[in-house]
Amino acid sequence: MDFIVKGFFQALQLLLRGDKEVYSIAFLTLKVSGLATLISLLLGVPLGLYLAVSRFRGREFFLGGVNAGMGLPPTVVGLWVALFFWRRGPLGFLGLMYTPTAMVIAQTVIATPLVAGLTLSAVQQLSPKLRLQILALGASPLQFWWLIIKEVRLGILAAVMAGFGRVIAEVGASMAVGGNVRWYSRVLTTSIVLEVNRGNFSLALALSFVLLFITYSVTYLLTVLQQRRRQT
Amino acid sequence: MTPVLQVKNILVRRGRRFRLRVDEFAVEPGEVVALIGPNGAGKSTLLTILACLSQAHEGEVFFQGERVDRRNALTVRRQLSVVFQEPLLLDSSVLANAALGLRLRGQRAGAEDRARAWLERFGVGHLFAQNALTLSGGEAQRVSLARAFALNPQVLLLDEPFASIDVISRTPLIKEFKAVLTSTKTTAVLVTHDFQEVLALASRVVVLDQGRIRTEGTPTEIAAHQIWGKLAGAQIPG
Repeated sequence: MDFIVKGFFQALQLLLRGDKEVYSIAFLTLKVSGLATLISLLLGVPLGLYLAVSRFRGREFFLGGVNAGMGLPPTVVGLWVALFFWRRGPLGFLGLMYTPTAMVIAQTVIATPLVAGLTLSAVQQLSPKLRLQILALGASPLQFWWLIIKEVRLGILAAVMAGFGRVIAEVGASMAVGGNVRWYSRVLTTSIVLEVNRGNFSLALALSFVLLFITYSVTYLLTVLQQRRRQT
Repeated sequence: MTPVLQVKNILVRRGRRFRLRVDEFAVEPGEVVALIGPNGAGKSTLLTILACLSQAHEGEVFFQGERVDRRNALTVRRQLSVVFQEPLLLDSSVLANAALGLRLRGQRAGAEDRARAWLERFGVGHLFAQNALTLSGGEAQRVSLARAFALNPQVLLLDEPFASIDVISRTPLIKEFKAVLTSTKTTAVLVTHDFQEVLALASRVVVLDQGRIRTEGTPTEIAAHQIWGKLAGAQIPG
């Protein structure tokens, strides 16, 4: 119990005294996971909408892929992205291995199926006749998609929360493609693993409180937004 | 006179069998055509084809004499209105729902005034600020009808619009709807199972069964026709 209390106060101390390294790690964590969530939103929402509304041969294959992708182990994603960006890998010439960019890419791969799957599920909960009704009201294709997005906005916000929660909490992919390089690619989860390995439990606990604080704050803001939209 | 809506040689398949096969069906300006028949007769399928919301495997659709294809389908859809059995309102205010079709057509100025006038006409004007998803079934269908009439459609297509409303609310709503239909001289196609609706609203009745048009005539002619008695699930007047 002392450990936890000590860790909590150490976290407060680190934040209050403006520990540069902790702030840099926290900022990079937010930047990498925020960017990955944003990109996964841009990729996952259209993919989810398309799979929900369209009928084409092989659709089930893609649906299976999205559903399986929702549970992709981050370590596996890290391995595959690392293989691609490795010096002798197909994309090795880009020189992205052990960079925050590679971490954003890996986290995007993790979050996109989740965002797509939850968007798909939200659209499929709408009455199929509603889609016909929107078209019958004279919607152009662009207007049609916009109205569908507006109708499932609460589901999309839930997808954003789930996607962000998943990538900010993952450690395997960030470790594999980011390398946990101090002052460069170290994020909160990889730092916590490092401190645990060193037996530095109080610092690991302190960092975990920072991570929990960030995760809760972002999710809280999104929840407030979601609930306000529900009331309007 | 050129029919306002017409289909020719329509064939819709389901697997190896056909779901709908209509050689010709036309809607003349000003008439109210009721499509009746048992479940699975192809009434709703025909209605969605007329509304340019689905395509037949074979055949053609004409709007005011012009063939409808991919290029002009949106333009044609914007001259029609469709009301389904469920009100199918969006998660926004009643007024925003009623004005939606006008807004989609790019009509910003006056859209809300026009929508509000139609909401008043259907007796739900006082609900304009309420979220449409909080309305009762009857209220929601009134909003749906107001939304359809606000568009001043060339043809109004209705797929069992009163079926989900309780009996007490249904009779006055049909009466109001009839009054609006008559005063606006709106051309309409109505899919229904209810012969009371047919008698109250239709000027012509087309009977579909197993995907084919079996007969047509005035409501009284159809009521006296022997085919009426054979239609499973239909209500016989009297």
